[in-house]
Amino acid sequence: MTAQKNRLGQGGRIDRTKPLRFTFDGKIYYGYQGDTLASALLANGVTLVGRSFKYHRPRGILSAGAEEPNALIQLGLGDRTEPNLRATQIELYDGLVAESQNRWPSLTTDFGAANSVIQKFIPSGFYYKTFMWPAKAWMFYEKFIRQAAGLGKGPTEQDPDRYDKLYASCDLLIIGAGPSGLATALAAGRTGARVILVDEQQELGGSLLSERTAEIDGKAAADWVAAAVAELTAMPDVTLLSRTVAWAYYDHNSVSLMERVTDHLGPVAGANQPRQRLWRVRAKEVILATGAIERPLVYSDNDRPGCMLASAARTYANRYGSMRGQRAVIMTNNDGAYRTALDLTDAGVTVFAVVDLRSNPQGELVKAARAKGIEIIAGHAITGVKGKLAVTGVDVMPLTADGKGVTSASRHIHCDLVLSSGGWQPTVHLHSQTRAKVVWSDDIQAFVPGDKLPGQNNRSIGGAHGVFRLADCLAEGHAAGSEGAAKLGFGGQSGQAPTVSDEPAEEALLPVWIVPSDKPVGQGGKHFVDYQNDVTAADVMLAHREGYRSVEHLKRYTTMGMATDQGKTSNVNALAIMAGLRNVEIPSVGTTTFRPPYTPVTLGTFSGIDKGDFLDPIRKTAMHQWHEQHGAVFECVGQWHRPYYYPKPGESMHDAVNREVKAARTGVTIVDATTLGKIDIQGPDAAWFLNMVYTNAWTKLEPGRCRYGLMLGEDGMVFDDGVTSRISENHFHMTTTTGGAPRVMSWLEEWHQCEWPDKKVYFTSVTEQWSVMALNGPLSRKLLEELTTDIPLDDDSFPFMSFKDGHLAGVPVRIFRISFTGELAFEVNCKPSHALHIWRALMQAGEKYDITPYGTEAMHVLRAEKGFIIVGQETDGTITPYDLGMGWIMAKSKTDFLGRRSLTREDTKRPDRKHLVGLLTDNPNEVLLEGGQIVAHVKDKPPMDMIGHVTSSYYSPNCNRSIALALVKNGRNRMGETVYLPYEGKVIPARITEPKFFDLEGKRING
Amino acid sequence: MKQRYSIFSLVRNALNYHADWQEAWRSPDPKPAYDVIIIGGGGHGLATAYYLAKEHGITNVAILEKGWIGGGNTGRNTTIVRSNYLWDESAHLYEHALKLWEGLSQDLNYNVMFSQRGIMNLAHTVHDMQALRRRVYAIQLNGIDSEILTPAQIKELVPMLDCSPNARYPIMGASFQRRGGTARHDAVAWGYARGADERGVDIIQNCEVTGFKIVNGTVQGVETTRGFIGAKKVGVVVAGHSGVIAGMAGFRLPLESHPLQALVSEPIKPILDTVVMSPQVHVYVSQSDKGELVLGAGIDAFNSYAQAGSPPIVENQLNALCDLFPAFSRLRMMRQWGGIVDTCPDASPIIGKTPVQNLFINCGWGTGGFKATPGSGNVFAHTIARGEPHPLAVPFALERFTTGYLIDEHGAAGVAH
Ligand SMILES: Cc1cc2nc3c(=O)[nH]c(=O)nc-3n(C[C@H](O)[C@H](O)[C@H](O)COP(=O)(O)OP(=O)(O)OC[C@H]3O[C@@H](n4cnc5c(N)ncnc54)[C@H](O)[C@@H]3O)c2cc1C
Repeated sequence: MTAQKNRLGQGGRIDRTKPLRFTFDGKIYYGYQGDTLASALLANGVTLVGRSFKYHRPRGILSAGAEEPNALIQLGLGDRTEPNLRATQIELYDGLVAESQNRWPSLTTDFGAANSVIQKFIPSGFYYKTFMWPAKAWMFYEKFIRQAAGLGKGPTEQDPDRYDKLYASCDLLIIGAGPSGLATALAAGRTGARVILVDEQQELGGSLLSERTAEIDGKAAADWVAAAVAELTAMPDVTLLSRTVAWAYYDHNSVSLMERVTDHLGPVAGANQPRQRLWRVRAKEVILATGAIERPLVYSDNDRPGCMLASAARTYANRYGSMRGQRAVIMTNNDGAYRTALDLTDAGVTVFAVVDLRSNPQGELVKAARAKGIEIIAGHAITGVKGKLAVTGVDVMPLTADGKGVTSASRHIHCDLVLSSGGWQPTVHLHSQTRAKVVWSDDIQAFVPGDKLPGQNNRSIGGAHGVFRLADCLAEGHAAGSEGAAKLGFGGQSGQAPTVSDEPAEEALLPVWIVPSDKPVGQGGKHFVDYQNDVTAADVMLAHREGYRSVEHLKRYTTMGMATDQGKTSNVNALAIMAGLRNVEIPSVGTTTFRPPYTPVTLGTFSGIDKGDFLDPIRKTAMHQWHEQHGAVFECVGQWHRPYYYPKPGESMHDAVNREVKAARTGVTIVDATTLGKIDIQGPDAAWFLNMVYTNAWTKLEPGRCRYGLMLGEDGMVFDDGVTSRISENHFHMTTTTGGAPRVMSWLEEWHQCEWPDKKVYFTSVTEQWSVMALNGPLSRKLLEELTTDIPLDDDSFPFMSFKDGHLAGVPVRIFRISFTGELAFEVNCKPSHALHIWRALMQAGEKYDITPYGTEAMHVLRAEKGFIIVGQETDGTITPYDLGMGWIMAKSKTDFLGRRSLTREDTKRPDRKHLVGLLTDNPNEVLLEGGQIVAHVKDKPPMDMIGHVTSSYYSPNCNRSIALALVKNGRNRMGETVYLPYEGKVIPARITEPKFFDLEGKRING
Repeated sequence: MKQRYSIFSLVRNALNYHADWQEAWRSPDPKPAYDVIIIGGGGHGLATAYYLAKEHGITNVAILEKGWIGGGNTGRNTTIVRSNYLWDESAHLYEHALKLWEGLSQDLNYNVMFSQRGIMNLAHTVHDMQALRRRVYAIQLNGIDSEILTPAQIKELVPMLDCSPNARYPIMGASFQRRGGTARHDAVAWGYARGADERGVDIIQNCEVTGFKIVNGTVQGVETTRGFIGAKKVGVVVAGHSGVIAGMAGFRLPLESHPLQALVSEPIKPILDTVVMSPQVHVYVSQSDKGELVLGAGIDAFNSYAQAGSPPIVENQLNALCDLFPAFSRLRMMRQWGGIVDTCPDASPIIGKTPVQNLFINCGWGTGGFKATPGSGNVFAHTIARGEPHPLAVPFALERFTTGYLIDEHGAAGVAH
């Protein structure tokens, strides 16, 4: 397509038959299929792509990969916009819309660059030293600081895309599909091992994709990659995942991956694919073939747009053909950068000179460059870069003999590209995430993986552990694959190791951590270490001066390594500079532990489809549909949706609840009680076990009978309650509170498994195996009689606190005669598949009695009228049975039960603890707010001494007034006292009473 | 005297390329003995030393830190500061801290960036609302600011929240403490270190305590990786490692050490102006001044001293976040980490004496001790200096686990913070 002025006419891995249109800051450009946004921008001659975080310095593209600190992009529009994406990793698609970030009003004219003017006054950590006056003003300053910070903009609308997550396991997980990783996969795959090979790039091949001349097995590198990928694709047990980054390495060889499934296709609304996918892979062995990242040199004004890593320029030239016509100067301390010099020359770039910090480089690549006519300026340094929005040239000066300074006058070279190479740092992130150490290698002047931890079965190979020659990488990969597979028992042939012809030998690199300039560091140009966070060598010096010298203090004080790139290009340089200042070896400054993720991971992938109603399962009973059809309003109780009340047309909540509550005491009512937790307990030690977990005695309970029990925590505080029935000698049916069901189940299991494993008792949660509906009210017996033939319902045959098996409406049921309202009541338990049938039959037969369904609110009112507690409402983990006035449930006969000992503690046995009492307001229509705090004496204003709080409060239509339960200090000894509730701007007086308001003698239980 | 920090000193130093700034604190070699040794150079330990020197005139003090100061939970926490606790004892203690926070930058002459942007606690069920009212009314009657917000008020303060009634757990209301907020954790450690150092306290890093010298039940000094150091009194402030240190001194603590994880997103422009916590959906989040969303939730259930947690915990809190804030699902996690928290059975701290004479302990802050840093240091310094607990610390004595006088703050600590 037209106007890609820097695009080479042929070569590279782009498809020139597929032009793609995109915009950057509103301007239209074209690139090709296979381009990244970065390569396409470079092909179009766009060098200025962003602004730095603090000083808003103009910035260009530094790298060609995940380490990019500068080229951060706001991608896409509206609800699909995404901040901070690295242009070097965005695959180009047709219609792509990209914007630069952190600038206003435009990239070329950015008012934020005013910070550059005052940069003298705002070195690292300046904010700790100012903005303290006047005392409350920080909130004012902070507003501006927040506005200035923050890079791109987050979307403000609901994310329209879908995400997915899945779990996988394999024999070998190979991370990185460069030469080492591919060789591993081939060797292991051929044996039949289950292999997953991942690479973050769109294509497998890694560094081989940037090779122009290398040959493997007699083929051009690219052809070898194609053949390898074809062979791997044909293997049924090999999974190839491109566009997939391994971002975390957790314990026990669990590795997290993020696959970009459709990002490269652009915003395809409604597509049948998730946008991204989270993989949790458990591998028997992990092969870390993650390669290495080139370090930039730290020289004066090394951040000008047009300053780039040498290897990145090589990638852009070889892989994308997008550097044509540029005029480059290269600075290096090693031989590797000469590859760039050679390849760029072939790709239409003018390489004016290689400035080598070494005084007399003689490596084979150096010679080859010289032979090509490239000028080599040895023993020199670039001391300054000219140009503001783009590089226009460099100053080069000779180094002094000790290499620490420069001498004499400079030479100026006009150029628009300044490439640097300071050596390579193996990508040890995942190794380090396992908490294994990294160690310093003097040979390559970089950190390499140290010993792995016991239990972590992994191996770093190739560039990831500092082996850079292609032949070595392939050999290591092949060995890792065949040995790894053999170790796991795969005996098949792993074939021949790939071979390469001669590689040029390289000379050692010369560590130079700050490239000297004619001005002292910090007093002229800026030597950037961390580009994105604008941390310079002078800032590292300042941190040192002020005592922030350990690596973590350095990082935190200067923010070095804390940006979105997490210091991939800056960490080692900063450490080395600090080591120099402290005059110690580099590793003594410390290394930082790398933390996940390797590159940022989309939050949406974690939830996958677990959002909205799938965030937490919604539990519904077998009668749910009936409740819906009959107008129930629902309430969330734990995971359940329970009917709250059933308003008739025109009724308020108050009206409906009053009607439901009254019906329970005059006619017959029905409530869905399925949500109560139910646990089936069996075994010869079942009764023994109940004696331990409940406060009362269970041994003598007869089969067929039920008993109410309280459970305490070890601290003696009420923990759960419910009715448990003895089905047979060694078989009990326990019920728990709705919310407490899982907690009680784990509690029983914990005590059984950890403390009393010798006891023969088994617990099974049967909450969902039984549906429960309770009939309450004087007419409930009458109604039941009509629907059963085999269950006698009179008091003598079926007394209170017993149960009977039989049939109701023609299906089997178990009916418990227990009551949470104090009324004559029957709890019908049945199979869930029968529940709706029974419910309907009861409703139909009950029509003539005006049967009334009621919800949780009426249930609460009814039990409060009788003073029955609800655990979690009348209790909060600090309340003993005695506090509740339930001393009667504490078996005196038992020598032990959970919580017993704690009840003898000084504070727990105090007589004046908080007690459960009733509260009656002076005004019978005033319903207290639950949670209201109680004081004995009202003061004009807080603080006031609180003596308790309201735990439950309702209007009781049966008492014709409001009633409340409360916990009050020494409450049982304060009967009749008036107390006060100051809240919401008023003070409500109330009188302390017994916690029971209706049917005080308990006569109604038999109808 | 230390150089004062101010806009003027910044300008003055700029003229000299910042070449004249002093060390924020010295790094002396340990002396043979001190009046008081503080073990643990976290915020609480540094604050203790600072107040010992400043308020009690005890300056012959050393802080022994096994790594680098602030490298424990102080430098790993999500920096939420508030005082909206249920029980009187805690409310008074945390409010004492909050009042100190309000003047801390000026007191230390170090900007700790205490940002009173407000803390919101969401309620999603009828039961949540009851618990919320109970807490808010109690806090108000203790004379501390707290209010109840309606969903409409919530939406106005936090437009990004999904306040629709169709949410899995619809938002029914929230409590709000306007004076609560966040602070810059590192600055707290460094500010106290600088202040303590200025008053003569020795800050000794890379010095791990490995044992105690105890004669006749009285502590005489500590064994360290840098040799024996004598002390008349020793204060232990080592958070997740309290059980280990107590073991060295021969007593046990009712503590469990658990990993607690946190994470940050990439920085973005301001999108969230207060701190939002949801105990029910189980996540809390704020936005740092740099623009990162900072979030966390509950502890990992297992006991551990490894400062790393398990992935499902992170997964759950991100599910919760994306559910509450549906637009955040396109943002990206930039860094995750964990710290080791020391949790007490009643979710309240232990401050005071130990079975060993002159050995004092301050621990059990669990998931929420950052907010207490100034108050904790302040009352602990008093306790060490006088040999008797500060009045606010009395209820928090170790004996409460024998008497049963527990201060159960599980409700207030519902989501770790
Ligand atoms: C992820 C996470 C999030 C949190 N979020 C919040 C929050 O939002 N709000 C809040 O209020 N709280 C929060 N907390 C809790 C809070 O961080 C801690 O309660 C508080 O920082 C504890 O401070 P400290 O000074 O006691 O402990 P630390 O900062 O951990 O200091 C203890 C120090 O003791 C040192 N040490 C240990 N053993 C020895 C030894 N033998 N010799 C010498 N030195 C030793 C350690 O190296 C460490 O530096 C969070 C905690 C975590 C882990």
